[in-house]
Amino acid sequence: MWATEIPAFLPFFIGGIIALFTRGTFRGALMLATIIASGIHLWLLGDGIHLSLHFFEYELIPYRVDKLSLMFGYVFHIAALMGMIYSLHVRDTMQQVAAMLYAGSALGAVFAGDLLTLFVFWELLALTSVFLVWASRTERSYQAGMRYLIIQVLSGVVLLAGVIYHVNSTGSLAFDFIGLEEGVGGWMIFLAFGLKACFPLLHNWATEAYPESTPTGAVFLSAFTTKTAIYTLARGYPGTEILIVIGAIMAIFPIFYAVIENDLRRVLTYSLINQLGFMVCGIGIGTTLAVNGAVSHAFAHIIYKSLLFMSMGAVLHMTGRMNGSELGGLYKSMPKTAILCIIGAASISAFPLFSGFVSKSMVMSAALYEGHHYVWLMLLFASAGVFHHAGIKIPYFAFFAHDTGIRTTEPPRNMLVAMSIAAILCLVIGIRPNWLYNLLPFDTGYQPYDTSHVLAQLQLLLFSALAFVWLNLRGLYPPELRSVNLDVEWIYRRFLPGLLRSIMKWLWRTDATARAVFMSRLNGLFSYLAKLYYPGGKLYRLRPTGNMVMWVAALLAAYLWLLLSFAH
Amino acid sequence: MADKKNYFFDKPRNVAIVLYSLYFSCALLLLLDFIIHRHTLHPWEGLLGFYAVYGFVGCVALVLVSTWMRSVLMREEEYYHRNESVDEVEDHQGGNNVGH
Repeated sequence: MWATEIPAFLPFFIGGIIALFTRGTFRGALMLATIIASGIHLWLLGDGIHLSLHFFEYELIPYRVDKLSLMFGYVFHIAALMGMIYSLHVRDTMQQVAAMLYAGSALGAVFAGDLLTLFVFWELLALTSVFLVWASRTERSYQAGMRYLIIQVLSGVVLLAGVIYHVNSTGSLAFDFIGLEEGVGGWMIFLAFGLKACFPLLHNWATEAYPESTPTGAVFLSAFTTKTAIYTLARGYPGTEILIVIGAIMAIFPIFYAVIENDLRRVLTYSLINQLGFMVCGIGIGTTLAVNGAVSHAFAHIIYKSLLFMSMGAVLHMTGRMNGSELGGLYKSMPKTAILCIIGAASISAFPLFSGFVSKSMVMSAALYEGHHYVWLMLLFASAGVFHHAGIKIPYFAFFAHDTGIRTTEPPRNMLVAMSIAAILCLVIGIRPNWLYNLLPFDTGYQPYDTSHVLAQLQLLLFSALAFVWLNLRGLYPPELRSVNLDVEWIYRRFLPGLLRSIMKWLWRTDATARAVFMSRLNGLFSYLAKLYYPGGKLYRLRPTGNMVMWVAALLAAYLWLLLSFAH
Repeated sequence: MADKKNYFFDKPRNVAIVLYSLYFSCALLLLLDFIIHRHTLHPWEGLLGFYAVYGFVGCVALVLVSTWMRSVLMREEEYYHRNESVDEVEDHQGGNNVGH
């Protein structure tokens, strides 16, 4: 059938171009129709497509659909659909076009069967998404977007360099298992994937750009870039031991920042990195159960993280505020948004019957089965921590806590519809996990609901909640303060510019001193000569011609000496 | 406009109900540990109330360490923007819908 030849990114790119020339409700309807049609097309075709063409002596595979890429293809369609419904009220052509092209690029990247195609979509992801940050049209978002773009493009450059090494050593462009044993190429591609996957120390582009993007833009941003990176890691580096450690660190360190962060969308970004940690860990463990866990967690995560970003976006849209210190008591005027946010919070916290529970537990179980006991303890701590900051802190400080007196209304209906779809999906996946499991790349027969597991998880979560209550009642819980907390970004936003400034300052000073010394020497020489020639000086009495003859004689003597010394 | 309406959590009694149901659920879950034998993979998992204690202690430690981190890492809100020309007035992304 001819339809099988249509790669999933194509409808999105065409949709993006149409969005450029259409307006209003018509454009919204057209975008939704494009996404739904593309999704149905993908669903009907299933896996097993392999489109290849020849490029010089290499084989390019611009479109490959197997079970792994298909999972991401499905969830990217869901995310695009939710994001598009959520932003139907937006009348900003730049955002609508960027969102369509961005979603298309993500689909292009996950269905890329060769590394060159992957590189092209990898860079397109960066170029299209930055407009969702810039669309806030503030000085701050412009600067954050610029740094975001530089880091993202850099990731693409590193990827390209790695691909060149890789092709040199293997002779193939195919994007399959790569691994670190391969040497420089393997490491460079790993680093490029890691940059987009928010590896520790490389993560600040997300915490900087996402909170500066528009309320609707953040919903798209939270879904695509990092999960594309998770897919590429699952494809190229499953079972790479170092990923277990990286993932465990990623799951732990952001929760400390999230507890003291004031901007609630930045709290969500830190918790996004924490969730990526679970996926990276699963990929590192590399067993079928662990990779299944990583992939299903990515699937569930995109939906509940979108829901959380949508609920915070709704708060920002309605109140113009996003700092925990300025919010509170919103359940009084936005009760529906509050309930939807709590469903997202319960899902990310992995409460039984919510989506996070059925996906995260696979990674945790895999860590135990494979004997990574310390990693398991770290992930368990991260699970309690994520409930603490994303599960409780986000809804509590936005919708409850002290009443700041803000009275507004529920957000536009399209926003509520998008959030409701996400919330329903969170519950459906949590209650009927087999529907999700049937789509997974491997059949492991895993069942999340047994008494031990449910009891253990409930104990962990409710006692974490008890800790929150106890700390609050004792006055030990850190209050929300207008502040920023230093992170790795300090190095390139403060330290390096400061270092450069001091180096330049030192250079200017040294230069000025050197010039001053030279000038004073020159002046000294002139005044010495003046002293000789002015009345009373030693050479004053000689007539200028006699003077000249003396200097010519001196020059000739010097010349003669040079000639005799270096003749041979 | 002043909001005189009395909402759910404005009544201390309702807050108390929520808190006491949490305490009750925690106690119940801990009791279940005596009755239900959880099958375990890690030796510590078998300890009585392991998950409860781990969750509680972990969260308290998390908050105490984070609070300590503030003393080292916290800077004023405009720390990065002192030298950059930021138009504060434009810096709002929404919020034309607020009444007081």
